[in-house]
Amino acid sequence: MSADTRRGWLKGAVAGAAGLWLTACNKVNDDPRVQATLRSAEGLTLRAQRLLISRSALAPEFSEADISSDFRANGSISPGDLEYRKLLSNGFSDYRLVVDGLVDTPLSLNLAQVRALTSRTQITRHDCVEGWSSIGRWKGARLGPLLDLAGLKEDARYIVFHCADSLGGAGPNGRYYESIDLIDAYHPQTILAYEMNGSVLPVAHGAPLRLRVERQLGYKHAKYVMRVEAVADFAHLGAGKGGFWEDRGYEWYAGI
Amino acid sequence: MPPPMKVLVYRHSVVTRVTHWINAMALILLLMSGLQIFNAHPALYWGQTSTFADPWVSMTAIDRGERMIGVTKVGALTLETTGLFGFSDGEKRGFPSWSTAPGYRDLAAGRRWHFFFAWLLVLNGLVYLSANSLNGHIRRDLLPTRDQLAPRHLLREILDHARLRFAKGEEARRYNVLQKLAYGGMVLIVLPLMVLTGLTMSPAVDAGQPWLPAVFGGRQSARTIHFICAGLIVAFALVHVAMVLLSGVWNNLRSMITGRYAIDVEGAPR
Repeated sequence: MSADTRRGWLKGAVAGAAGLWLTACNKVNDDPRVQATLRSAEGLTLRAQRLLISRSALAPEFSEADISSDFRANGSISPGDLEYRKLLSNGFSDYRLVVDGLVDTPLSLNLAQVRALTSRTQITRHDCVEGWSSIGRWKGARLGPLLDLAGLKEDARYIVFHCADSLGGAGPNGRYYESIDLIDAYHPQTILAYEMNGSVLPVAHGAPLRLRVERQLGYKHAKYVMRVEAVADFAHLGAGKGGFWEDRGYEWYAGI
Repeated sequence: MPPPMKVLVYRHSVVTRVTHWINAMALILLLMSGLQIFNAHPALYWGQTSTFADPWVSMTAIDRGERMIGVTKVGALTLETTGLFGFSDGEKRGFPSWSTAPGYRDLAAGRRWHFFFAWLLVLNGLVYLSANSLNGHIRRDLLPTRDQLAPRHLLREILDHARLRFAKGEEARRYNVLQKLAYGGMVLIVLPLMVLTGLTMSPAVDAGQPWLPAVFGGRQSARTIHFICAGLIVAFALVHVAMVLLSGVWNNLRSMITGRYAIDVEGAPR
């Protein structure tokens, strides 16, 4: 065998072995039983974190000097949805935040009314599921007092955020949505933010309102929030996993 | 003098043997799923936040007209790493597909593998550490003795290792100092650091334990240290497997399966 054929043969063998390896690995990954086993860790993480971390423990807050000048905007950064573009062109003067579902008094608030609600300002770290972090200052209406204003019914268990942007293609089925439990909904740092770094919330970061739920990863922080719905469960929404990215395989509990 | 005899000594307890193999499996899958997660944002930073324009480490792809090249940046150093880092298998990716779990790009799946095996690693590690603290294995066998830490002794061990001269007879009954430093360093320092820096990346953990990000100098520093420790574990594993192969593969494997390790003893067995 010449050196060239030998090298060719060796290269082929290595490529073949690598191919087999990849196919085998991906086959294991694609097995639903394997996936179900792996998913069991999410429940363990949620229970362990809820048990070991105080319900009211605050996410670390930072100083003005720590604010990132290059805070990254991810996901939708300029929704093309017609309804949203209309609201934006009027400077959100026609915008109404709807609070409904399992509440005693459904609400429909304009931005001035939202700004008049009990607010909180916080400088916090935003952690993306991809691995990066940025620090920003947020001011917004605290979700807990807002829910109390509407009055949660007894069977309400989760709060769902319906958004104006469709990241998953056109139509209501592609619309972004998220959900959190009542522990996070009533956490003091959970706000519907309308200001970022001292200015009106920019479109790239979710104008006019975005959720801040500081003890979870970035994809839980729904942008372009139109409607806040109290529900008993979220099985009937989207693919039933409780959020846009959850329907695409990500954990519902994004505390890690 | 009678000829040397082979005697089997009981070297590894059942806890050590079982936790060793669980650990080995968990670390392989943690590494591969960790590289999948890293590939979602193939850059590292120091501090609380990501300074996107100026990462400490980054893997990117650059379009060179007809072809794409992979470029890895570490501090001031820039390297062309096409086929390995930055660009491989015809696509832009940090680490190549053969090294990630799953092979195709899927951050959600990578996270599921990672957290499942992270739990296994932690529970397995707790069993190992508690059992071996109680039975004295760590103190007796993993912490170097004063005479082993003498510079002269250390130097001799390094030279012996470099020449692949391994301990025989009575000396083979205990771990040599380099083994102790490597094994002890892994189970008492690097693996616990791995778990702590991993936890520091959790925003919920940081709310409950704010000292964690403070100790590591911020979440992005913790992520970078997590990556460096992963590199140390890979380096350890490579040397470990090489040493297993060079110092008697069947004897070593048997000792980690049945617990029995053969040594040559001068004269009558004791």
